Amino acid sequence: MSETTELRAPDLTAWTCPAPLRDQPRVVMGHGGGGAMSAELVQHVFAPAFGGEVLSQLGDSAAVSLGGVRLAFSTDSFVVRPLFFPGGSIGDLAVNGTVNDLAMSGARAAYLSCGFILEEGVEIAVVARVAELMGAAARAAGVEVATGDTKVVEAGHGDGIFVNTAGIGLIPAGVDMRPQRVVPGDVVIVSGAIGVHGVAIMSVREGLEFGVEIESDCAALGGLVEAMLAVTPDLHVLRDPTRGGLAAALNEIAAASGTGVVIQERSVPVPPPVANACAILGLDPMYVANEGKLVAFVPREHAEAVLGAMRAHPLGADATVIGEAVEAHPGMVVARTGLGGTRVVDLPIGEQLPRIC
Amino acid sequence: MKYIDEFQDPGLARRLLDDIHSTVTRPWALMEVCGGQTHTIIRHGIDQLLPDQVELIHGPGCPVCVTPLEVIDKALEIASRPGVIFCSFGDMLRVPGTGRDLFQVRSEGGDVRVVYSPLDALRVAQQNPEREVVFFGIGFETTAPPNAMTVYQARKLGIPNFSLLVSHVRVPPAIEAIMQSPNCRVQAFLAAGHVCSVMGIGEYPELAERFRVPIVVTGFEPLDILEGVRRTVLQLERGEHTVDNAYPRAVRPEGNRAAQAMLEDVFEVTDRAWRGIGVIPASGWRLSSRYRDYDAEHRFSVTGIDTREPAECRSGEVLQGLLKPHECEAFGTTCTPRNPLGATMVSSEGACAAYYLYRRLDITTASLEASPVV
Repeated sequence: MSETTELRAPDLTAWTCPAPLRDQPRVVMGHGGGGAMSAELVQHVFAPAFGGEVLSQLGDSAAVSLGGVRLAFSTDSFVVRPLFFPGGSIGDLAVNGTVNDLAMSGARAAYLSCGFILEEGVEIAVVARVAELMGAAARAAGVEVATGDTKVVEAGHGDGIFVNTAGIGLIPAGVDMRPQRVVPGDVVIVSGAIGVHGVAIMSVREGLEFGVEIESDCAALGGLVEAMLAVTPDLHVLRDPTRGGLAAALNEIAAASGTGVVIQERSVPVPPPVANACAILGLDPMYVANEGKLVAFVPREHAEAVLGAMRAHPLGADATVIGEAVEAHPGMVVARTGLGGTRVVDLPIGEQLPRIC
Repeated sequence: MKYIDEFQDPGLARRLLDDIHSTVTRPWALMEVCGGQTHTIIRHGIDQLLPDQVELIHGPGCPVCVTPLEVIDKALEIASRPGVIFCSFGDMLRVPGTGRDLFQVRSEGGDVRVVYSPLDALRVAQQNPEREVVFFGIGFETTAPPNAMTVYQARKLGIPNFSLLVSHVRVPPAIEAIMQSPNCRVQAFLAAGHVCSVMGIGEYPELAERFRVPIVVTGFEPLDILEGVRRTVLQLERGEHTVDNAYPRAVRPEGNRAAQAMLEDVFEVTDRAWRGIGVIPASGWRLSSRYRDYDAEHRFSVTGIDTREPAECRSGEVLQGLLKPHECEAFGTTCTPRNPLGATMVSSEGACAAYYLYRRLDITTASLEASPVV
């Protein structure tokens, strides 16, 4: 039988707010922005409802064991507008996005599922074009679309085409990449120029002209990751800095690993057209989405070799060291500015918004 | 844009900083008027690099921050009405009115759209003749001319379903109000370069003379700010108080005559409430009587709005330079960019948000020296 219940002070260390999202009774766009609002939605609504130990990893993909085999498993939905943009399409994104999420676990994607939600009235030719591009992207990435589903919603209840893909792939033996493995001294490497995809989408979506056409960097990163793992399987963590950009990826890693991150702002590769577009709109390139880039935390002793392997691969030709993990300010990302000052690079809240002036 | 790197050159910055360090002999308090300048200062850590004797006070120059709660509530009311398409620049969507923001209006079914120019909103009106299209016209002398031009075009093209919700503000009366405040600590101003590129510098000599303060017209890149500070400190140390243009690549003394003519035609000067500060005489613009038909406040009869500022928000003192953001009890605890109590924490140019984002912990350069970046 139960013992006498004694009154004790509540332990607030693991307490979460009982009335989360209290200031937003309805879903707003920021909940899909990949920043703090997205994280809160997962933390307060989805994670408690689903439970489960695997989900609590909260990585780009989940590492699961099935019959003694280690698999990476991931899903992603694509709601991009316009469907076709410079450098890619919703079809390319739907394949590469999930392939890349799996690659961040070190897995080479093997099979994808594909779920279409089509809006009544969209032209069949457009659907066919998206499907063709998906097929081409899948062949290029060496992955097979193995199963699928189609639903149609009434006109006005969708945005032409929504796509969901899920994927699985094998995690090679000896590979264990997760933020918890990051230690002070790890070197932070980014595989190339940041902010390109987000600016490309914005320029066509909003009809903004920036003097030069900026093409999305959408690409499948499986080959690049394999080249890095060939140097050493001991990479600590990889992230695919999509929504929320490089800033969100670094913050997630800092928070999950309990280490601080210092980056040298001038080392972060921002192409001039992206910098100019961001300056005009009052956006920070660190928060702009990427689709063909990764950020890696690599043990210091392997950093030079990994960087060399990345630069030898077409998708890592402009790879560069941007900083390191440190003991100071755990969970925080700090940038050293070009002038020698410092600033905190925070997790974005919702969506970045163009500034008024 | 092509020369932007030159205005962020670390070597030149170092020389300017050395110059400032060797010039300063005692404490000075400078106010940078514009939120864009505040953003640059915090983002690049400029305030950490200046001598301890040079204090930068962040002024009321963020248009998002100073738009009165009452105007935000009017925007929320209008945007909630059926048949209205409410157009705004992006950062106004997150500014809290009483209890909600424009994002929430949108999630409740309101048609709220982000545009990049008021002329985009006029195009929306042309494309939707059966709907009322309202543009949220806020900001300083920088955003006022394009908004005036849009109303002028609406009348010229005979577009009846377009109107402007106006809350424009002017810098010189704000400088005057700050200098007349009994607690004023400001000894010099970095004037907002973009405002001067429109209005010229003609309004400033009288202020500099009357209040005996140097006023240096300053740009927005890191080197612009440092050059503005350098020239201001030089004047202070010499006991001078003149108007100096440190941003000649963008600012002509007479300003932009065509823009000024447009402002004179479409707007008229009015007393204007500033969020957190109160009413400043002759500090704003409203649509002139000739364009009253395009005034959304009149068209939608937005009345009976109950406006309440959160009691613990001290953004008014922050906007007047009487309080540093981190000196407010609510800073970073009950007031964060995620749950802002006041507009200075909402806008990325707001002083509180800038402090929160870039300086949340007082990380000294020294503590980082121990961890050299590869």
